[in-house]
Amino acid sequence: MLVSEEHTLIYDGTFDGFLTGVFDVYELKLQTVIFQRPESVQESLFGNTLEITTDLNKADRVWKGIKSKTSARGSSRLYAAFLSGQWQVEALLLDYIQLAFESALLIDSDFSNETVLKISQIAKSVGREKHRMEAFVRFRLTNDGIYFATIEPDFDVLPLISKHFKNRYADQKWIIYDMKRGYGLYYDLDKVEVMQLSLPEGFDATKTKSDYFIASELEFQTLWQDYFESTNIASRKNMKLNVQHVPKRYWKYLSEKLR
Amino acid sequence: MSFERTQEKLKILADAAKYDVSCASSGSKRSNASKGLGDATGMGICHSYTEDGRCVSLLKILLTNYCIFDCAYCVTRKSNDIKRAAFQVQEVVDLTINFYRRNYIEGLFLSSGIFKSADYTMERLVAVAKKLRLEENFNGYIHLKSIPGASDELMKEAGLYADRLSVNIEIPTREGLKLLAPEKNREDFIKPMVKVKNEIIQYQSEKKIIKSTPKFAPAGQSTQMIIGASGESDQQIMWTSNYFYKKFNLKRVYYSGYIPISYDSRLPQIGTDVPMLRENRLYQTDWLMRFYGFEVHEILNNDHQNLDLDVDPKLGWALRNMEHFPVDVNKADQLMLARIPGLGMKSVYKIIQARQFRKLNWDHLKRMGVALNRAKYFLVCDSRDFERRDLTGPQLKSIILQNTTSKYQKILSPQLNLFE
Ligand code: SF4
Repeated sequence: MLVSEEHTLIYDGTFDGFLTGVFDVYELKLQTVIFQRPESVQESLFGNTLEITTDLNKADRVWKGIKSKTSARGSSRLYAAFLSGQWQVEALLLDYIQLAFESALLIDSDFSNETVLKISQIAKSVGREKHRMEAFVRFRLTNDGIYFATIEPDFDVLPLISKHFKNRYADQKWIIYDMKRGYGLYYDLDKVEVMQLSLPEGFDATKTKSDYFIASELEFQTLWQDYFESTNIASRKNMKLNVQHVPKRYWKYLSEKLR
Repeated sequence: MSFERTQEKLKILADAAKYDVSCASSGSKRSNASKGLGDATGMGICHSYTEDGRCVSLLKILLTNYCIFDCAYCVTRKSNDIKRAAFQVQEVVDLTINFYRRNYIEGLFLSSGIFKSADYTMERLVAVAKKLRLEENFNGYIHLKSIPGASDELMKEAGLYADRLSVNIEIPTREGLKLLAPEKNREDFIKPMVKVKNEIIQYQSEKKIIKSTPKFAPAGQSTQMIIGASGESDQQIMWTSNYFYKKFNLKRVYYSGYIPISYDSRLPQIGTDVPMLRENRLYQTDWLMRFYGFEVHEILNNDHQNLDLDVDPKLGWALRNMEHFPVDVNKADQLMLARIPGLGMKSVYKIIQARQFRKLNWDHLKRMGVALNRAKYFLVCDSRDFERRDLTGPQLKSIILQNTTSKYQKILSPQLNLFE
């Protein structure tokens, strides 16, 4: 009999890295594991530490396996929950994956199961933020002819919104940059690529300086702010409802809220 | 585009357009197939919310607020002493494209005062949509107002470029219209609606044979009525609404509480409250008709001409028809489940799914997230525990109102959950 031993798996924080870890868990028949990202590694006194080397082949096999044991909705929930980056979400995900592999039935709608319920709740809040970002991204046209937007979402939603923006803005170059996570998406009229910017010293993403943005950019912002004010009906004002729809933490990059 | 002039026009023409409450940008199926700009396949996004809590999804403006008519309830009426302005066709195109490219909006909602004639006005609205589609390769959402009295040819062209068309009937009754807009007649509103309806039917049948048939107003038609401007009853409003839904296959009817804008003695005076609660009750009734299987006369009829303000219309109906209750959630069909006060359609579906596995009791219902505080008086489940007192409608109403006083505060907000 195997002695139940705790293993700490250190992976690179990517989804492929995580899936590679899942592969190793099965291959090495590990019992109790804790996933850690390099930035959050804590020395553990007991158990063993394993460094996971991301292997696209392994990741792919695990992902295919997951897809064959879950509905489309279930597997996209897993991915969304992963992007939440929530503390120890990997353990929950592993739990879910193991459940799915063991069960003869699809477990995705078995909400009386705590793991399934939790994953679906996390995925739901990530999904909510995905929709919010699709709504709240505000592009500004740079002097280089690129529509540029900055965001600071709670979760790592860029991978989820990529397709939406690619379909919609097929004929303009754009960048959506996550200031919190320090990376962005760049669409070059052909494909979307992940990119990192070295932002100029003292760059303030909430300001529209002519060093970076075209001269008429501020005019369009003004027109938009004017429009926003004109379309309001004062006798129906209801700020509580407004804040509920557009939480204040998102206001920073919303041009209509900057007045 | 001269910034200052555009700025001034935009302020005037957005301000004049805001009384149209429709903001829907969903229901179209225009995809970005040619690598152009925009995509209207999705659900429609609210890009922001006004301070009054309404969705901002479209650039909603008038082409002009010059008007040859003098409808008493309208800010744009000829006799009103206000600043007037008119956009050039190209200006509207540029604004739309530039707002869209910045991800401010889902598209354009273009309406207009009537200058010179109905056709002259409609022609320009169509010109904007046509330019957007053909010159800018724009696939975002376009909603055009059908100008009452516009010719069939123009309406046909409008439908080729717009996703949605709407004519606002504004005043629910013939008499009201006569009083407040004597120069207008109902036939003028109905004519473009009939044309669009017929074209949509024709498009749908042709499309079955020829796949490439050009789209015609894929998001359908809608209309709006002003509430509380002409002393009409809720029965008159909802029967009119029902008539328009059925007769013209409308996608939506909007109800807009009258916002006092004039000292005209035929109308509620400035300072009068906007009837927001009443407006909300009408929307609830509209939902009951469209999604809950109610016939309009069940809720509003000669004996019951106005909706209760203190209870929602479904609860009101139940209290007047106590003989249908309690409903057994383990046996009742979908239509009857949908009639239980406090139960939304989501809960109805959940119940129908869950009861295939086991008989449901109070605990099951609670865990599934079914709101029971009101429903519990109207249903029985797999339990000996249920409301045994043989209460009359009025008795039950007072019990429910006592228990839910705080909840009713929320009803004053314009976009609350329709059935909490
Ligand atoms: S025709 Fe239209 S714009 Fe002109 S006054 Fe009447 S409602 Fe207003």
